[in-house]
Amino acid sequence: MGMNDMWEALQLEFIRNAVISGMLVSLVCGVIGTLVVVNRIVFLAGGIAHAAYGGIGLAFFMGWPYLAGTLGFSLFSAGVMAVVTLKAKHRADAMVGIIWAVGMAVGIILLDLTPGYNADLMSYLFGSILAVPASDLWQMAAMATAVIAIVVYYYHDFLAMSYDDEFALLRRVPVTFLYCLLLGMIALTVVMIIRVVGLILVIALLTIPPFIAEKFTGSLKTMMAASSILSGLFTLIGLWLSYLLNLTSGATIIIVAAGGFLVASLWERWKRYA
Amino acid sequence: MAETIIEVRDVWFAFNGQPVLRKASLAVPRGDFLVIIGPNGGGKTTLLKLILGLLKPDRGTVTVFGQSPDKVAHRIGYVPQNVHVNKTFPVSVLDVVLMGRLRKGKGWSHHTQQDRIAAQAALEAMRIWEYRDRRIGELSGGELQRAFIARALVSGPEALFLDEAMASIDAQSRGEFYDALEELNRTVTIIAVSHDMMILSSHVKSVACVNRELYHHDSGEITQTMLDQVYHCPVDLVAHGVPHRVLSRHGNE
Repeated sequence: MGMNDMWEALQLEFIRNAVISGMLVSLVCGVIGTLVVVNRIVFLAGGIAHAAYGGIGLAFFMGWPYLAGTLGFSLFSAGVMAVVTLKAKHRADAMVGIIWAVGMAVGIILLDLTPGYNADLMSYLFGSILAVPASDLWQMAAMATAVIAIVVYYYHDFLAMSYDDEFALLRRVPVTFLYCLLLGMIALTVVMIIRVVGLILVIALLTIPPFIAEKFTGSLKTMMAASSILSGLFTLIGLWLSYLLNLTSGATIIIVAAGGFLVASLWERWKRYA
Repeated sequence: MAETIIEVRDVWFAFNGQPVLRKASLAVPRGDFLVIIGPNGGGKTTLLKLILGLLKPDRGTVTVFGQSPDKVAHRIGYVPQNVHVNKTFPVSVLDVVLMGRLRKGKGWSHHTQQDRIAAQAALEAMRIWEYRDRRIGELSGGELQRAFIARALVSGPEALFLDEAMASIDAQSRGEFYDALEELNRTVTIIAVSHDMMILSSHVKSVACVNRELYHHDSGEITQTMLDQVYHCPVDLVAHGVPHRVLSRHGNE
């Protein structure tokens, strides 16, 4: 096999992995992002995303695999946030801010303490979709399946909780349990998205597609489907542009999404006045 | 005397250290049409939420159908005060009404044919069946109110709680709305909260006034003494024409 063929094969594989992981992430992003947007817990999701940096630090410090370490830590911080936001509702935003910052600080210090550490920090802050190994794809597929199965199972309960939690409570919908479950799924989703756009940009991919979809859809499930499709579209276009223009893929994906948001807003306005 | 289905006994409730209800007691018989009136901030909604089990009393007991409120939630219909929340939410009128069919442990939470039949009946009773596929935010205030009543009725409740149900209904539709409530009251006990005394129509069977403390009257009438107790300032009573008059004639007391 010549040098050229090998290069081409390698190129094909990492591109293929990038596309598959991008699609898996988009699928989950659309579903969970929709629940984040309609429940108005974007700030909380941002807190979980940034606190995940503590998990990355922990994974490196302990020598654990990225997914296991980060997922464990994120689930833990999501649990803390669930307790805090349920117990002290009116102070929830400040508490989320604290956990947000402490999680990041823990991550930075653990990385300082990790001997011989020289991994590329930037790849976790801004994503490294082009470096997703095939082994991660299976784990991502398993997580995506779990998230979608849970949302399908509890769809009507999530709908009732998101629309009117007091009425849902009266109908004996397990609102507190669903809220904790949702935060847990956000943690899972965040860990997956970090691969694609990095933890700083997680919140954009989680909120921009659902926010666009909300304007044009009539039910929560169509909003989820539309968000997933939009998210997939933004990821593919962003990936292609970043390759073409030699830009950071995560940031390019977000700029494409922001462009989509602008176009959708203008179109909505034009439609209203036309 | 009909059986008592709601019993509030010596209930105290404070919110952030501020007393909201003091020593409130109330007994509601089956078939009653009770209106709870009082000034804003006087504790009407709090009393309703205590009966619904959404709040727990600091002292005293609340029983509904002889049990703790959270055990009998499925036998109660509730129309909340603020129906204008979440107007951008992507959900159809039909799906909002179907929320009233949810129950604990429904499992794979799909709706059955029975749920859909009940939802159609409730929407038709409220005369908004043709709006079923509209997005909830596209309804007018009155239509929205009727959608929420349909959501409360779709489970076939024995008691219906309305919190400021008049707020979103325009003057012309009020008469029609009262008639619908009277019709409903033949089979369902109704407890309505209002700061607006206009709700006191001839259909009302008893009145309770809440302003920190609770005054309950077995008749649908309201007296100047009651108003003075509740509002702590003179309020003029205006009686409408005889068919709708709920007030004692002035000077006859």
